[in-house]
Amino acid sequence: MKDEEIIICRCEDITLKEIKDAIHKGYKDIESLRKYLQLSMGPCQGKTCIPLTEKILAQELKKRIDEMTMPTTRPPETPVPFGIFNKVKE
Amino acid sequence: MKNRDIVIIGGGITGLATAYYLVKSGIKNISILEKSYLGSGSTGRCGSGIRQQFTTKEHIVLMKESVKLWKEWNNDLPIPIHFEQGGYLWLLNNKKELAQHKKYVKYQNTFGIESAIISTKEAKEIVPDLNTNDIVGASWCHTDGSAYPFDVTNALQTFLKEKKVEINTFEEVNEIHIKNDKIQEVITTKDKYTTNTVINGAGYGAKYIGQLAGLNIPLQPYRHQIAASEPLRNFLGPMVVKDELYFLQTHRGRIIGGTDLKEPPLSNLNSTLNFLEEYSKQITSVLPILSSVNIMKQWAGYYIITPDRHPILGPTKINGFILGCGYSGHGFMLGPVVGKLLASLIVHKNMYIREANNLTLERFKTGKLIQERAVIG
Repeated sequence: MKDEEIIICRCEDITLKEIKDAIHKGYKDIESLRKYLQLSMGPCQGKTCIPLTEKILAQELKKRIDEMTMPTTRPPETPVPFGIFNKVKE
Repeated sequence: MKNRDIVIIGGGITGLATAYYLVKSGIKNISILEKSYLGSGSTGRCGSGIRQQFTTKEHIVLMKESVKLWKEWNNDLPIPIHFEQGGYLWLLNNKKELAQHKKYVKYQNTFGIESAIISTKEAKEIVPDLNTNDIVGASWCHTDGSAYPFDVTNALQTFLKEKKVEINTFEEVNEIHIKNDKIQEVITTKDKYTTNTVINGAGYGAKYIGQLAGLNIPLQPYRHQIAASEPLRNFLGPMVVKDELYFLQTHRGRIIGGTDLKEPPLSNLNSTLNFLEEYSKQITSVLPILSSVNIMKQWAGYYIITPDRHPILGPTKINGFILGCGYSGHGFMLGPVVGKLLASLIVHKNMYIREANNLTLERFKTGKLIQERAVIG
C-alpha cells in the first residue's frame, strides 16, 4: 500500500504520508506534530494513532522508540456528556 | 557562539509576533529560543477568544489595534488562522450589572468600539438556544471573535522559516550576562548568543528570565482549566460569557470554554474533576441543549497575573532588555499588537501607541497602576 492510502489517525483522517511530510517539514516531536496535523485530537484522543506515530517518528528520525516523549494523557478517559453532573428530575 | 541583533526568549505568540514584525521591518538576524515546542505554554492552551470589551483605555485601544492586525494576519499569513469575528455575547444577570455594563459600553464607544447593550430578545436572536430565564440583557460586540491558536503558531512559524529566521526549540536559557546595565550575552543549554537586545516573552517563565537579568517582575501564575467537546455541526456564532463562564465553538466544531474556580496562585497544570463538574453545570444552565453533548478532553494553562491585570510591555532599566509578559489571561488576543509594539520599540525606539507607554515595568515603582475589572474565566 502507498503511504497516502494508509490512515494512521482514524478520527481525523490523517495518513502516513501526511505524518512523514510533516516530520520532514520540521515538526519533529509528538506535540508539534499533533498540533500541526490535529492528529489524535478526535473522540478517541489518540488511543490508536499515538503509539503508531511514535513508531513512525522514531523510524524517520532514526532514534529508538524509548527516546521518544509521550504526550500528556488528559481526562476524561472516555467522552462523557455535559449533563452527567446535573440531577435527574424525579 | 552566535552573534544576533535580537534574541527572543519564548516561542509563543509574543515571540513569534515580534519576530514577524521585525522581519517586516527588515531585521532578520534573530534567534527565537523556546525551552519546549512552539506554543507549549499559554498560547497553545488558551481559550482562543479575541475581544475589545474591556474597561480601561489601555486595553481598549490596544485591542482595537490588535483586531485590525488580526484581520491583516488572516489575509497575509501563509496558513489559514481561522480568525473569525463571531462576536462576544456577554450575558448580564441583573439591573446592577446592566447599569455597570452600560457605562463600559459607552466608554468603549468613545474609542470607536462597536459594542452595544442589547435586550434579552436580541440575545436570543443571536443564540436561539440560549436560556434567558435569569438574564436581563447582554453586552454585545460583533467585531470581537476568535482565532485558532495552533494554526496561528504554525502560520507564524512557516512565515519565519521561509524568511530564514532561526527558531531553536528545546533549548533553555540559563544565563543572561549584563555589563554596565547593558545586555551582552545569552547562554543556553546548547549555545551562546552575543547580542545587545533580548525580548522576554517567556510567559510563565518570564519571571525567571527577569531574575536572570536581575529584575523582579511582579508576575503570579494562576491555573485555569478548559474543556473541549466532541465536534458538532457549526451552530454557535459568538463567544458566550456569563459571570466567569465563557465558551465558543471553534471552526472545527468543538465547544471549548472554561470557568474560574477562584484558586490561589498555583504552579501545576493538573486537570481536576471539580472543574469539569463546575463548568458542565454552568454551561448546561446557559445552553441546556448541550446536556447530551460529550466532553472530549480537558486541560489547563496559566493566567500570568500582574498586580493591575494589565500586561508589562517595553523597556526596562537594563539597556536592551525588553518585556512582553503578564497578560493576565489576554496574551493570545493581544499577540499581534504586542508584536508590532515591541518591533516598533526596537526599530523606531518608541512604542507607536501612546497608551502602551503606561504599561511599562516602571509603573509598579511610580504607582501608576491601571485596574482592569473585566477579566473572565
